[in-house]
Amino acid sequence: MAKVKIRENYHQARWDEPIIYELSTPGERGILVPQPEREIREEAGDILSKLPENMLRKEKPNLPEISQKHVLAHYLHLSQETLGSNLNNDISQGTCTMKYNPRINEKLATLIHEVHPLQDESTIQGLLSIYYRFEHMLKEISGMDKFTFQPGGGSHAVYTAASIIRAYHESRGELEQRNEVITTIFSHPCDAATPSTAGFKIITLYPNEETGVPDVEALKEAVSERTAALFITNPEDTGIYNPIIDEFVKIVQEAGGLCFYDQANANGMLGIARAREAGFDMCHFNVHKTFGTPHGCSGPGTGALGVRSHLAKFLPVPTVEYDGEKYYLDYDRPESIGKVRGFFGVAPVILKAYCWTMMMGADGLREVAEISVLNNNYLQKKIEAIDGVETWYAEGRRRLEQVRYNWRKLYEETGVGTDDIMRRIGDYGIQHYWTSHHPWVVPEPFTLEPCETYSKADLDEYAAVLERIAEEARKDPDFVKASPHKCASHVIAKPEELNDPSKWALTWRAYLKKHKKEEPSLG
Amino acid sequence: MKLGFIVNPIAGMGGKVGLKGTDGKEVLEKAIRLGAKPESPIKAKKALEVLKPYMDEIELITCHGSMGEEEATDLGFKPRVIGERKDKVGPEDTEEAAKLMLDMGVDLLLFAGGDGTARNVYNAIGDKLPVIGIPAGVKIHSAVYANHPRSAGEVALKYLRGEIKTIREAEVMDIDEEAFRKGQVTAKLYGYMRVPYERQLVQSLKAGRPEQEEAAQDAVADRIIDEMEPDVFYIIGSGTSTRPIMEKLGLPNTLLGIDIVKNKELVASDVGEKDILRIINGQKAKIIVTIIGGQGYIFGRGNQQLSGEVIKMVGKENIRIIATKGKIVSLGGQPILVDTGDDEVNRMFNGYMRVITSYNEEIMYRVKGL
Ligand SMILES: Cc1ncc(COP(=O)(O)O)c(C=O)c1O
Repeated sequence: MAKVKIRENYHQARWDEPIIYELSTPGERGILVPQPEREIREEAGDILSKLPENMLRKEKPNLPEISQKHVLAHYLHLSQETLGSNLNNDISQGTCTMKYNPRINEKLATLIHEVHPLQDESTIQGLLSIYYRFEHMLKEISGMDKFTFQPGGGSHAVYTAASIIRAYHESRGELEQRNEVITTIFSHPCDAATPSTAGFKIITLYPNEETGVPDVEALKEAVSERTAALFITNPEDTGIYNPIIDEFVKIVQEAGGLCFYDQANANGMLGIARAREAGFDMCHFNVHKTFGTPHGCSGPGTGALGVRSHLAKFLPVPTVEYDGEKYYLDYDRPESIGKVRGFFGVAPVILKAYCWTMMMGADGLREVAEISVLNNNYLQKKIEAIDGVETWYAEGRRRLEQVRYNWRKLYEETGVGTDDIMRRIGDYGIQHYWTSHHPWVVPEPFTLEPCETYSKADLDEYAAVLERIAEEARKDPDFVKASPHKCASHVIAKPEELNDPSKWALTWRAYLKKHKKEEPSLG
Repeated sequence: MKLGFIVNPIAGMGGKVGLKGTDGKEVLEKAIRLGAKPESPIKAKKALEVLKPYMDEIELITCHGSMGEEEATDLGFKPRVIGERKDKVGPEDTEEAAKLMLDMGVDLLLFAGGDGTARNVYNAIGDKLPVIGIPAGVKIHSAVYANHPRSAGEVALKYLRGEIKTIREAEVMDIDEEAFRKGQVTAKLYGYMRVPYERQLVQSLKAGRPEQEEAAQDAVADRIIDEMEPDVFYIIGSGTSTRPIMEKLGLPNTLLGIDIVKNKELVASDVGEKDILRIINGQKAKIIVTIIGGQGYIFGRGNQQLSGEVIKMVGKENIRIIATKGKIVSLGGQPILVDTGDDEVNRMFNGYMRVITSYNEEIMYRVKGL
């Protein structure tokens, strides 16, 4: 067996980099734009006078003035202070489905960079056909009857689902009566937050200690003629799959409620289980997770929301349709909830996801699920063998594609908690892990999700690093608590200071204003 | 930084030998005869150990012998020792020491014991001084204790170093141990002490920041008030969670007792069981209760006035449980408990009940009748 590689001597750059405005020197230039030739100038005339008055600036923009070399150095430095999402060991980010996003798709997406969303339909037939075909794929994968790609992210799709549920009950004259949405504590927080924003009361179910999922009795107690819907993630944050999810769905539907399935992270189920067979009325996928497009700071997202036919009329406008000859955008949908975002979603994301799905093929999608689950089972065995780690709920039962572990034991023994270990991981060149959504129902939590693109060596490295840190915690707890020692940024000693609105601002300009500083003079 | 440190050396001795506490001289002697060994000093040392690296910055004030001096010097501290040396120590020594420490201006009092000890400290200092308890007793209902000795040490350290600035009110409760050993349980809510608030350490869980908790309590109160029906009696239980209801109604509140409200007016204050039965007398009423103390009880601890008979008269469907999410999370998955002393009433609660956690949020939670 190959030796496990731990990067003992890793050290991140720490540039102490100023923000770019602080690097500005009046008059300094990156590029000297050549003056147009006299002839051209004369021919063109005063082009600025052709701009409408309201579009003209009164003052010059306050932009940093820096030479080319220093601009490039600045951004190089910043990039060296990151761990490089996508090319890092991102097993850390449980509940986020971090996987490698093939570069070729990024390249392909540049093909549509010049398409404008206001272009006439007849000029974007190719793009619309990709929307149409990708919708078909998601219909096949989920069993739903119609999709929208308008929402810009997962939570946005879940909010759209809540809006559709509101429209559905309203159309039946039952909205006032049906004002309660049921969810579970280990579903994603947006499954409670977005229906709440949409005006519903939220009832949260807690899991049974032994099974790790809520009892049917708890659900039955929660369901009534006031029930509008169930919003549920499965597997939940714990990685435990609710094996009687179809029974849950049935109980809610029999009471007149709708059922929404949060499938943001569908990696463990592609090609294996579908929302339709479990009886759900609607579901969503985070395209920027499961379908291989980047997320976080690497790129925009899309929440693909699918519904069964009885809800299709409520979907946002426009939908993408095909009349046998051409593709078109359908705005003529009188019962639609309207628009939830400008135009028709983030087209490059759909293009990339389409390419990814085509490359995988049906068998490939299933393989994604199988490898994700296998990776997770392998990693779980290794992580649970570390002294100090526990996994709460459903002892001995397999998780699907992620696991919520905890360091409670280690913490009580050494005083080193999950936040300390999270910071220390960075010292080995590995992405800080995701602890847990709030509230921390599981104490000292951490959540790992080793998707299909990680190798066995990645998994071994990951487990070995955590094991090493647990040893360090026993030998020298203060050392771990004082970590990171080798990362670009250090521990936040006074987090409350970062929350101080009188001190900080979101832009340089607002910052200057707040502190009544003169803007640097414009060159 | 001045830290007061008191150890009740005999706390917890009964537990391992099957007794239910060590209050009362005969019981202690019996515990020792049965082979009980002092547990409390070991736990107290675990807490103090956390402060060891900062020994030079902290002025430690403690009591003679096993009430703190021994534990501290074992760890290398050089504490200032107060009071007089005694062979046998009792509750009065804890009270005396706590009073002295208050007068000496300690910044925080760290003490080890159980519910009895918490009560002694409360009697001496009330809410004049922040405290944190090292759990060492057999049964702990009081919420002034950290969930682990080490955590108590960490809270103390963080508070002294200014890293924790928020203080919360935590219940001081005690069981009548005499009755307890005869199989009857009645825990009284004696009052509230001030405890530095770091959720993660005090209750091992990070369930939300204290400002959020306060906002949540307010939202719950708004919900209860908005849903109040005319001509229905509202029996408002004890505790800090119900306090905002009375405050928002502009009515005087009994923190440690039960008040009755109708049509948003006060009907009676600080009522006993008999008063409630007489006032309600079969008319429509609702009970608003919260979880009291560290063990998760809604009935039978800290609100004995809400007896089995009262509950039967009002009906289970007219009970509203309120609690912040933080409080629910701090139960660590353990059910909410009911122990009214009436088995039939207790059993009626087995199952799931709604807990109102915000204006438009509820948690469906398991309830267990003992
Ligand atoms: C289960 C689940 N649902 C919803 C979301 C929300 O997705 P987004 O971050 O794109 O809003 C996430 C993302 O973390 C998730 O894991």
